[in-house]
Amino acid sequence: MENLNLFIRSIFIDNMIFAYFLGMCSFLAVSKNVKTAFGLGIAVTFMLVVTLPINYLLNTYVLQPGALSWLGEDYASVDLSFLGLIMFIAVIASMTQLVEMAVEKFSPSLYASLGIFLPLIAVNCAILGCSLFMQQRDLGSAVTSMVYGAGSGIGWLLAIVGIAAIREKIQYSNVPAALKGIGITFIITGLMGIAFMSFLGIKI
Amino acid sequence: MATKIKEVFFNPFSKNNPVIVQVLGICSVLAVTAKLEPALVMGISVTAVLAFSNVIISLIRNTIPTNIRIIVQLVVVAALVIIVDQVLKAYNYQVSKQLSVFISLIITNCILMGRLEAFALGNKPWPSFVDGVGNGIGYAIILVIVGFFRELLGSGTLFGVQVVPQALYDLGYMDNGLMILPPMALITVACIIWVQRSHDKDLQEK
Repeated sequence: MENLNLFIRSIFIDNMIFAYFLGMCSFLAVSKNVKTAFGLGIAVTFMLVVTLPINYLLNTYVLQPGALSWLGEDYASVDLSFLGLIMFIAVIASMTQLVEMAVEKFSPSLYASLGIFLPLIAVNCAILGCSLFMQQRDLGSAVTSMVYGAGSGIGWLLAIVGIAAIREKIQYSNVPAALKGIGITFIITGLMGIAFMSFLGIKI
Repeated sequence: MATKIKEVFFNPFSKNNPVIVQVLGICSVLAVTAKLEPALVMGISVTAVLAFSNVIISLIRNTIPTNIRIIVQLVVVAALVIIVDQVLKAYNYQVSKQLSVFISLIITNCILMGRLEAFALGNKPWPSFVDGVGNGIGYAIILVIVGFFRELLGSGTLFGVQVVPQALYDLGYMDNGLMILPPMALITVACIIWVQRSHDKDLQEK
């Protein structure tokens, strides 16, 4: 039950794009049409589901203060938390590479549709951000962090598909010349963010 | 040569600004600009990391195998960001608390990867350093403009000092609470884009 709450909360209330504004660069750059936006959203969700549990285990058994106590008395006082950042990004970068190779081998059709987005994900701040939030919030177990990853990823997917749909329509509108393209996209994203704020009051 | 260096340095200020023209590093622009002080600190941190990572990558650019260059870049950047993070924690704990994960997120700030890929991998250390500083300052300019308006209109202060006089509040003036919220940062950036592109017609999209 608690996992379900976390899942729904991370989709709507703690939405990665509209509440924390993470993963904005690819959100703005790859939202020109719905199809590619959907592909990128799926890829991001997948990476979050895979990397968050790994980073959780890494954090609990290697990085936290006292996490190395399973190695013996001598290691109980070791605090490696300052290495967190570099470990997380290494996990994300290598997982991206691994997933890319696996997808290419086992499902060429999916690989063709995701194409260039897979390597781009390594530098998507939503993924590293999610790992850092996971570390800050002390999520209970690897399963919980996987649920959190899935929820955040789906929230991101919803947001990018939404903006892509709006951008497809807005091409037919008469926008001031200087605002065309990226300018109006910023404003729309802002307005969507304000709309998403209505979820903030909900407590579950 | 001298004019080229000058161009590399000044272009990112307006014509090739990393935020409003190249559209890189948006996340942090939105998240840290509710107040002017964290915005300024963030701008300086990014400039420092960008300049030094540009130099380091440029120094080893001929020895990095292309297949693993992304990981090499990330490791260099991550090491520099950890240094900045520790320095901030030591000397300005209050601001480092406000910036929370966003200092760490400099690693995935696309400005870094963008400049490393586009410039440092193909240029000598000195121009790379200048490019890093120029782009960092271009980024900081936008952060400071957005931070200025958001803090002034949102809480009536600048750097935490009250600037909107009490007399105005007595007449019924109120701070605009909406400016504190992150969506207004997007709209402020859009206004900057609007102003810049009306002025500089080459940048307008068809």
